[in-house]
Order: sequence, then structure tokens, then C-alpha cells
Amino acid sequence: MKNFSGKVLFLDRSDINTDEIIPAKYLSEISKEALKPYLLEDLRLDGFSPNQDIEGKSVIITRENFGCGSSREHAPWALETNGINLIIAESFARIFRQNMFNCGMMAVALPAGAIDRIFKQFSGKDTFLETDLQKNIFIIKAGGLTEEISFNISDFQRALVDAGGWVEYADSRY
Amino acid sequence: MGKTISEKIFDSHLVDNPSGDIHVIRLDAVFCHEITTPVAINDLVARGKDRVFDPDKIKAVIDHVTPAKDSKTAMQGKILREWALRHNIKDFFDIGRNGVCHAIFPEKGFVHPGYTVIMGDSHTCTHGAFGAFAAGVGTTDLEVGILKGVCAFQYPSTIKINISGQMPEGVYAKDVILSIIGRLGVNGATDKIVEFAGPVVDAMSMEARMTCCNMAVEAGATSGICLPDMTTVEYLWEFIKDEHTTKEAAARAYQKLYPDPDAIYESIIDHDISRLEPLVTFGYKPDQVKPVKEMQGIKIDQVYIGSCTNGRIEDLRVAAQILKGEKISDSVRGILSPATPKVFSQAMEEGILKIFMDAGFCVTNPTCGACLGMSNGVLAQGEVCASTTNRNFNGRMGKGGMVHLMSPATAAASAIAGYITNSRLYIGLRD
Ligand code: SF4
Repeated sequence: MKNFSGKVLFLDRSDINTDEIIPAKYLSEISKEALKPYLLEDLRLDGFSPNQDIEGKSVIITRENFGCGSSREHAPWALETNGINLIIAESFARIFRQNMFNCGMMAVALPAGAIDRIFKQFSGKDTFLETDLQKNIFIIKAGGLTEEISFNISDFQRALVDAGGWVEYADSRY
Repeated sequence: MGKTISEKIFDSHLVDNPSGDIHVIRLDAVFCHEITTPVAINDLVARGKDRVFDPDKIKAVIDHVTPAKDSKTAMQGKILREWALRHNIKDFFDIGRNGVCHAIFPEKGFVHPGYTVIMGDSHTCTHGAFGAFAAGVGTTDLEVGILKGVCAFQYPSTIKINISGQMPEGVYAKDVILSIIGRLGVNGATDKIVEFAGPVVDAMSMEARMTCCNMAVEAGATSGICLPDMTTVEYLWEFIKDEHTTKEAAARAYQKLYPDPDAIYESIIDHDISRLEPLVTFGYKPDQVKPVKEMQGIKIDQVYIGSCTNGRIEDLRVAAQILKGEKISDSVRGILSPATPKVFSQAMEEGILKIFMDAGFCVTNPTCGACLGMSNGVLAQGEVCASTTNRNFNGRMGKGGMVHLMSPATAAASAIAGYITNSRLYIGLRD
């Protein structure tokens, strides 16, 4: 199973699309590793610099409709090769969310209020998030501040995470 | 309890229900192109699973970058080509016979009403125009589709859009779908199917229905869908005539797919287009739409007519009507990419290509080309493109470029003017 804990990158914007996550011009790459330097290269967001802000981060927390646009699985791969296996958002585009779980990664939606609270309390701080898959909770920490937030993923999504993705799951079953 | 068309299709294809509302369904067709499939092929090979579930149900095309523009895209084509050969995939379309996937596959009769289709391409929703469930998926779903002929989806919940009213002059299917996306928002239909219904849709050609379904994903939808009727039967007749005694019998048979009177919808939206004006997008999201007249005068550097949204023969005819006898502005580069070889040769026979070329357009081979900013008209930093495609994301047609989405009519008129303008002016001028 993949690692779902680590330092948090906050992206305070809705509708971050797959062209922003990995621009189409890199789709001619046929290995996942080759995508690594280009993650979020075209993201327009004040104060965000892909060169400085991605390194060392393992989790992204963002707003609504993350991953909208193209079906490219290059988006999760570009995240994965940068060590980011967990995205927490208010909502996701369908294909992106499915691609994440199909790769054994996680795209977890939390209510708008919870996301808002996390942004207010933690964004701008050096924040660490730990995922407890037994209890279904995220433990978020910065300085002396700790917050526990419970989350839900479906049994199917959990099975994909456990199996390490959809190919192995499907090939053994169908 | 009554069912929608999508629910009927799901129920007749059910393989497994692993949890909650997740249904694993059997696929009637898996479509492949050279951008997303090679990674799937390589991964299958690496896993020791280089197999296909049924070579006759897999259709493949090289369309996004063709002819190859560099060594990397050449390798993508090569991987797909060799894989198709190795697995005896007969419906593989290489250069000379290739065209934009969502235009060429329907043309070849690969999508029938009631089918389930996936492809590693978000605009796979286009094929819903035929009364099929067709959805874009990522590479892993594609891999499993290729390997096992199944895919997992949430059981469909449907937003029905009843489109009514008289289509005003100068307004086309593209304006209709832009108005719907503007209304729903970019995630207004996430995890939903959008069923296009009502008298306007009933009167639409298959081309126009494809334009609508094509952009359903821009509102987040899993797919768009239209009810199959006589228009569908006429379009597909050559491919379905062995299965049905008459066209009427075919149309009747497809009515079995129609939603039950007591089908339950997530919501039903009435959308009257009587007062609709030609629309254009203004930002980096496809729901940011405005009437053309509010964008009148915005300077453009390039006009692109083509793509799976608006590169079909009807689109070219409409644009040609406006371009006939005109010259495009000296400050504009015009690019026409007919979507398929059939569209290309039809346009040639009808004199449409000559009209475009006389007006100053460059006509390319059938390809996605500039639509995704990989080849054939990539924008430079700060350039503006009037485009008949479906996505205006930041950087979509080239880093730092701006894309305004519009109908072929508006694009043609804007090419002549050199700035965004209403096609009615040109139709009016000549009448
Ligand atoms: S024409 Fe554009 S939107 Fe359509 S399949 Fe090709 S790249 Fe995608």
C-alpha cells in the first residue's frame, strides 16, 4: 500500500484542471518518471511556485472540482512520482478521482466547512498530515495545533487501495 | 420503479456490484488513441498481461499528433501500431485513413444504441449521441477494459435537459451546449449523465447531437446521451441493416431503451433557446460564456476550425457559407482541420476546401492538431485563438495562449473581421 502521510501543500483555488496539473505537451512521455519535473507547471495561483513548493510534500489540500478536464492519468502519475498519493478536496472531477483510486492512491472529499476550517487554521503553516486507515481519520498538525478529521471512502475504493489498484483487482476477479 | 435510458443500459450490462452503487459493466467497445493507450500497453506488458479481451471490440486510431511531429510522438504511434498488429485488431486507423477519434468511430458505425463504450479520452461522451453509454476513462480503466472488457462506474443518475424553442438564425448546436454549460457550471453535472431531450434535440442532426454530447464533460458529466430515433437509424443504417427488416423496425426496436414514464431523474431542467444568441467563452473555464456581441472587437491571432466538437461536414458547410468570396484578415492565421478523411473528401467534392483556401485558410490533414496544443497551430505566449474546439483551459493550445470557444459560424466571421464578431453580420451583408 502507498504512503498517505506527510507534509501538506495547500492550493487555495477551485477547478484546478488536469492541464494545470500536467500540461498536454508532456503527454508524449511514455514513462511516469519523466513527468516528475512538470507537476503543476501551469497552475495560476498567487504565491505558488512549483519549483519551491512541491518538494517534500506528500498531501495536497484544495477546494472544489479538483482534476477537472482531460482524462489523462498522467495527472495522478505526476503527483505519484513527486511522492504525493493523497489529495483532500471539497470535490473532485469523476475521472480524476477514479484514476487516483485505480492507481491505489486516494482522492478524499471533505465537506466545504471542514476544508474551510483546515485552510483557516493551517494554510501558510508548516503542516503535517497523518492518515489512519483503520479509524478513517486524518490527524493534521502544525506547531502546537492538532486536529482530527474523520473521512469516508467506499468499500470499493478501499479495496482498490488495498489491492494497489484496479488492474490487479479486476484481473483476479473478472 | 421506472428507469432512465442509462439505467437500462447499465442493467443489461451488469457484471458485478462490488459495493454500494458501484457497478462493473460489460463493454461493447473499447476505443484507443496514441496518447493514452501506449502507457496502458507498456504497463500491461510490464505486468505480463499483454492480452486483449476481444480484438473485434477494440478500435484504435492515431489522431492526436499525426503525422508524428518528433521522435516521442513517433514512438507513441509505433507502440500502438505494433500492438494492433500483434493482437489482430483489424479496425486500426493509421495515417491516410485516420481522423479524430470521436468523429471517425461514429462514421464507421462502431457505436450503436444501447452500447457501452469507454476510451482513454474525456470527450468519449460524444458517442452518447447515439443512445449509448460512452464515458472517458483514465489509463488504468482503459487497461482493464482492454484486458477484461469491463469497467466500474457509479450507477447512473441523470440530469434531463429539455431543450425547447425555435433556434434563432445564426445560432447552432455549439451555442446551445455553451449556454447549457454556462448554466450548469463546470462541475454542475459531476458524476451525472446529461440526457439531452426535447423538440430541439429531436430536430437536430446526428452531427449537432454529437456537438452537444461532446461537451457534456465540460460540465463535469460522466456522459451525455440522446434518445435513438429515426435520425440515428438513418445515420447508422448501412451498419445496422442486417439486424433489422426496415428502418421503422429499427427505430421501434431502439424505443425499448427509452426512459420509462416514471423514470426518476436527479433533476429536470427546461432550457428555452428561443432568445439564445451566439455565444463565446471569455475565460479559462468553459462555463465562462458571454454573448458574442459583448466580446465584439476582441483581437485574434488565429482561427481554428476542427476537432471532435466542430470538425464535421455540417460545421464546414456553415463556415464555408460565411467565407465564400471573402478573405480572412491579414492579421489572422486560419487553420481548418477536417475531422476525418470522409469529411475531407466530402468537403473537397462540395467545393468547401476551395472556399476555405481562397479565403486564406491553411487546410491540414484530419487530426486533433492544435486543439490540444501539441502540433499544427500551437499558440505563442500572449496569442489569442478563436476556436471551434471544446476546451479553453489556460495553456490548452500553447503556454500563455488564450482560447475563445465558439461555433464554426462565429469563428469564420471572426476570421474575416480579425476580431471576435457575429456571423449574422456576414450572412446579413450578403443577403
Ligand atoms: S479534437 Fe481535441 S478534444 Fe477532441 S479528441 Fe482531439 S484533442 Fe481531444
